[in-house]
Amino acid sequence: MTAVVYAARKRIDTLLLSKDVGGQVLWTAGVENYMGYQYIEGPELIQKFEGQVMQFPLEQKIGQGVAALSRTDAGFEVKTEGGDSYQAKAVIIATGKRPRQLNVPGEERLKGRGVTYCAICDGPIFAGEKVAVIGGGNSALEAAADMVKIAEHVYLVSLTPLTGDQILIDRIKDASNLTIFLEHEVVEIEGSNRVEGITMKDLKTGEEKKLEVGGVFVEIGLIPNSGIVKGIAKLNGLGEIEVNCACETGVPGLFAAGDVTNVPEKQIVVAAGEGAKAALQAHRYLQRL
Amino acid sequence: MSGNEVKVYSTPTCPYCRMAKKFLDDNGIDYQDLNVAEDKAARDEMINKSGQMGVPVIDIDGELVLGFDQAQLKEKLGL
Repeated sequence: MTAVVYAARKRIDTLLLSKDVGGQVLWTAGVENYMGYQYIEGPELIQKFEGQVMQFPLEQKIGQGVAALSRTDAGFEVKTEGGDSYQAKAVIIATGKRPRQLNVPGEERLKGRGVTYCAICDGPIFAGEKVAVIGGGNSALEAAADMVKIAEHVYLVSLTPLTGDQILIDRIKDASNLTIFLEHEVVEIEGSNRVEGITMKDLKTGEEKKLEVGGVFVEIGLIPNSGIVKGIAKLNGLGEIEVNCACETGVPGLFAAGDVTNVPEKQIVVAAGEGAKAALQAHRYLQRL
Repeated sequence: MSGNEVKVYSTPTCPYCRMAKKFLDDNGIDYQDLNVAEDKAARDEMINKSGQMGVPVIDIDGELVLGFDQAQLKEKLGL
């Protein structure tokens, strides 16, 4: 969104194409490290970003994702999921990341039927039930901390020792309705019409164990939304788009910014700065054509 | 103003629910907002109707939209 503001101020003929507005910031309950705000809720910060974008006369198509990107003689062609097609001399990819999936049997089938990737959205629906939170990082610990307040019992299942911040571990460690399984791998999610349980494997002993749960909160990190540039730009081992410090991908006219790239530190303030850089670099590129 | 009967099953903490409601507000659509975090009857109604344990679920004249899907909402509401 920052890239759009910079592009609009340079009076570049810009089209904003996005499946939605807000991305990962929306799932963030509170933001305490974006300058100008001591504390602001993720969705409120996004509304402010959106308001700033909207003050510019700008063409935008929100609601459809980008299905394909290809190089043409004149630059690039972008096709949306709805089948629309657009031509551009320069493209900035700022698609961020999405929740990583477990990729175990039952997960896809039971998505929305007890399997959820948005604990702050769906947590309250599981009040009074037994639930499993999968993961050992900050988002898993936050989900567990929210759920011990309302669920009958919470099982925290982590592939590794807990990697989240100690302050979050301290917040849950004394909860009487919490059981933590470390170095356990989820191998299957069971249930016919909705989640009824999970099977997990103890990585030390190889022993399998079943847990009866009605909800599975998958909080095992994020993967970059870089699929559309596969085969065009270079990706690193994590699937992030490789860029240099000018947000250039190595493909003339193709820039990338924020969490979808290999830029160190995935932070709102960093991503916003990268967006500004990418738009200014795209402007320079267009001037040179 | 549309003549559709619209129900939004939501939780107060869900950003997609807020965005969906804002979308309906911005388009002048009247709707009934059901907070499934507090209202157990509404929660059961949502699960029975949709099989979904995730919000938002939006009921437009008996047809369901799962998640905040602008394209589907526009189509079902004739926007």
